[in-house]
Amino acid sequence: MSVKKYDAGVKEYRDMYWTPDYVPLDTDLLACFKCTGQPGVPREEVAAAVAAESSTGTWSTVWSELLTDLEYYKGRAYRIEDVPGDNESFYAFIAYPIDLFEEGSIVNVLTSLVGNVFGFKALRHLRLEDLRFPIAYIKTCGGPPAGIQLERDRLNKYGRPMLGATIKPKLGLSAKNYGRAVYECLRGGLDMTKDDENVNSQPFMRWRDRFEFVGEAIQKAQQETGERKGHYLNVTAATPEEMYKRAEFAKEVGSPIMMHDFLTGGFTANTGLANWCRENGMLLHIHRAMHAVIDRHPKHGIHFRVLAKCLRLSGGDHLHTGTVVGKLEGDRQSTLGFVDQLRESFVPEDRSRGVFFDQDWGSMPGVFAVASGGIHVWHMPALVTIFGDDSMLQFGGGTQGHPWGNAAGAAANRVALEASVKARNEGREIEKEARDILTEAAQHSPELAIAMETWKEIKFEFDTVDKLDT
Amino acid sequence: MSLQATMGDYQTKKTLETFGFLPPFSQQEIYDQIAYIIAQGWTPAIEHVHPSGSMDDYWTMWKLPFFGEQDLGNVAAELEACHRSYPDHHVRITGYDNYTQSQGSCFVVFHGRG
Repeated sequence: MSVKKYDAGVKEYRDMYWTPDYVPLDTDLLACFKCTGQPGVPREEVAAAVAAESSTGTWSTVWSELLTDLEYYKGRAYRIEDVPGDNESFYAFIAYPIDLFEEGSIVNVLTSLVGNVFGFKALRHLRLEDLRFPIAYIKTCGGPPAGIQLERDRLNKYGRPMLGATIKPKLGLSAKNYGRAVYECLRGGLDMTKDDENVNSQPFMRWRDRFEFVGEAIQKAQQETGERKGHYLNVTAATPEEMYKRAEFAKEVGSPIMMHDFLTGGFTANTGLANWCRENGMLLHIHRAMHAVIDRHPKHGIHFRVLAKCLRLSGGDHLHTGTVVGKLEGDRQSTLGFVDQLRESFVPEDRSRGVFFDQDWGSMPGVFAVASGGIHVWHMPALVTIFGDDSMLQFGGGTQGHPWGNAAGAAANRVALEASVKARNEGREIEKEARDILTEAAQHSPELAIAMETWKEIKFEFDTVDKLDT
Repeated sequence: MSLQATMGDYQTKKTLETFGFLPPFSQQEIYDQIAYIIAQGWTPAIEHVHPSGSMDDYWTMWKLPFFGEQDLGNVAAELEACHRSYPDHHVRITGYDNYTQSQGSCFVVFHGRG
């Protein structure tokens, strides 16, 4: 029964969309935005405007609103909080009814939540800090094609992080020479290697030729080592049709895994490919080119923890998370916060890690955290401590820059990894005892001894990391 | 000396996954890893296979997993017994994790001569 009358004109958003007494439902999708309004606009009005523009509202009242029950469909700003140490910004918490979103569509969620509202004139900056997906929505998403547990079972990798490397130089190698670099890494002890994100199908190395030679490299390394191996064949392409063609061939050459760039490729492509991988028994490694454009500014854009959650729902078995060690040290807590979102079945609210909501993932499979870039053997004990077993540690230069080549570089990393895991299991504090553990291990591995000598000048970086934990 | 003369030649090895790049474990080192498995709440289990079948998912179980076993010595004795019965086979120990429904740990303790 409707008792409202049509009243044309412009109303203040807060009349309808600021509802401080609202108690969010378990089925609501909750968002936390960091808002920086234009001077003079009250916080409640800004928060209500964000709620309105990201849900049912538009700038002027329209008659057709009265044909539905907008009280049911509207987003609601229900809480405002100060941002510690920041006077011009505040957090706005907004609840959206689940019926605003198509089932299983991260595309639809993001189009609503980070659509027009980010260009809204009443705001100077806007950042989506966190999302709480209701379990009812999570159950509609496919998620990782395999997940951590199934990947371990398929690849026979237990009780330790996996080791990988991006093949270098990233552009310019012929297909056969590229396959050689892959083979050398795999026979030396890496579990998997990776196409660089820019490697798609350029004139110097067309995708089909790369896949064929890499396929041979994988099979040969498996036979010789008695271990399961893989290479993330990058199937990111200009069109979905082309992507699926490459995916079919990646499966045909015998790689257990392929790769996609989820932000440049887009969530539609990613979700489709994840579904294809699930149906075809393939693993999916996810790169994150373009993420820093979206997540780096502290007051505008989308925090990576939101992108990570979206990826787990859209589908991927590995996701890059940064390395923490070295130049990203300060982000250790924040990184651990979104690594939890990738791997755990329940993550409680924890502001010290930037987690704004309890998040129940239910039975959604977990995603391996990938640490890649600028890491070498001296970082190994710290990486094992920070990322734990359910991670993929990728040493590109730290493998292929070894003075004896890729195989020896791979062996050095594998020895360092296994020595770290063994020492951890024995109860040793491996970050503090890093030097002793690696030095002991190098006594039976000339490859590791050379690697430690080669990268020893970077040890100060390592020492700084050591200090963090004490 | 030339660069080539100082450069080592890395020979590919049958490393058989986790801990394959470390020297064979001493009795104490094996004890430490069994202790870790038990401390995590995982169930130790032993499997063996002829080296020609080492790439198979399933190796042959030695008895059943040792549910509820807290004594390191008993597990170590079973490893020895399996090795004595199948000296030509690889023998591995697994820590079954019933929470993740996966294996928290798994490594080859004895390499078969076969």
